[in-house]
Amino acid sequence: MTKPENIVGIEYNRVTNVSAHDIPGYKLGEDYAWSLEKFEESFQINIQHLTEKEANFDLVNIDTSVANAFRRIMIAEVPSVAPETIFIFNNTSVISDEVLSHRIGLIPLKVDPDLLTWVDSNVEEDEGKFTDENTIVMSLNVSCTRNPDAPKDSQDPNELYRNSNVYSKDLKFEPQGRQLEMFKGNPVEPVFPNILLAKLRPGQEISLTAHCVLGTGSDHAKFSPVATASYRLMPVIQILKDVEGEDAKKFQKCFTPGVIGIDDDGKAFVKDARKDTVSREVLRHDEFKGKVKLGRDRSQFIFNVESVSAMSPEEIFFKSVRILKNKAEYLRNCPIGQV
Amino acid sequence: MSADNQEKSHEKMDIDSNNPAQDEEVAVEEEEEDDQDVEKIKILPGASEDGTAASFQIIEEDHTLGNALKSMIMKNPEVEFCGYSIPHPSEPKLHLRIQTYGNITAVEALHKGLDDLASLCTVVEEKFSQSVASNNYKTVIS
Repeated sequence: MTKPENIVGIEYNRVTNVSAHDIPGYKLGEDYAWSLEKFEESFQINIQHLTEKEANFDLVNIDTSVANAFRRIMIAEVPSVAPETIFIFNNTSVISDEVLSHRIGLIPLKVDPDLLTWVDSNVEEDEGKFTDENTIVMSLNVSCTRNPDAPKDSQDPNELYRNSNVYSKDLKFEPQGRQLEMFKGNPVEPVFPNILLAKLRPGQEISLTAHCVLGTGSDHAKFSPVATASYRLMPVIQILKDVEGEDAKKFQKCFTPGVIGIDDDGKAFVKDARKDTVSREVLRHDEFKGKVKLGRDRSQFIFNVESVSAMSPEEIFFKSVRILKNKAEYLRNCPIGQV
Repeated sequence: MSADNQEKSHEKMDIDSNNPAQDEEVAVEEEEEDDQDVEKIKILPGASEDGTAASFQIIEEDHTLGNALKSMIMKNPEVEFCGYSIPHPSEPKLHLRIQTYGNITAVEALHKGLDDLASLCTVVEEKFSQSVASNNYKTVIS
């Protein structure tokens, strides 16, 4: 006979009793209700390292969905500036206009996105859609010539020709209107100066301007301010039975270097679980059967954020938190209409 | 685990959001109005009369807000069921279903979830600035 507690109620406009409670590990009456005080108490941030381009920090005791929201926002919703429209005046190189334009679009630029406003897509181009407030102009003018001073028997294009390689550093900032003051002492330039854009031979020339605007990674990956923004769960390694002697050395080799240490008695111990990739190599060897237990801590997220924009990685994370907060507050204030 | 949850909520959402006639109405009204504030969130047809069970349609949001909001709303003991779905990947729409045990309305549960999410973000922001200011970390990668 069907037990009453197993019946999912199908009513006119709702379903009831949808979730099963007979799951091992599920305790009825446990308090999982949201409490800001409890969250403030238990939530921790431990920064491991913070450099100009990379941040590594732990978020401890936060829900997966929120951690994932931060990650998604950092990749796709934190705005940054990238070339959007390329005007090509002359391009006699072997790289076609559209490929060259695409390559220029992908170059990360050192522009603080807060200094620009969004381009209003409702305004027509001849009505002042692009202004000094929302557009950065970069120009690229390179022509290749023979080097008259080249050694006679040289085969090296770098010696034979001038400007045979076009690099991202050849993009020059052309301040418009008030931008001369705004970017004083902090001119716009590519984050990485030596990105190869095209190769030229004598007589070939590239002449173009690039208009750079604000955008988000959800629109195009070139606007994403991060190279990677990812999290993983903290590895947990439990040694259940002692591993000693030669076995300990083999045991050590099953893990990423630095994870397992060997003490004075020749016993293996967990030195730094954070470094582990949880490869499961150790589980393939019979001699370690039942001696070790691998796992991951679901409450500890190790974030790694690598910036490729003018912003520092911690600023990108800050912005992601603010964007999620704005989303919630904006929706909270929206009137709820009827369909 | 979250992918599993999403799939489950998909199945459940299908129970009452699969009416083609309703979908047509949605499309017509959206063309008439162009004010984002009014368009952003709407109650879908099929809500219970006392307002304790309702589905919402939120435009221009995705799994980023959907999953975070769902889990915050589910942390409310007054909420019996909450699930979200993205009905079609090429439409920027998020459907959110809330059923309460009857002491509060679905709209109240939604608003509490949004407030909780915003306050959570405030705590994260504060703690992160504290951690950055503490200088208790490496500034070069060894």
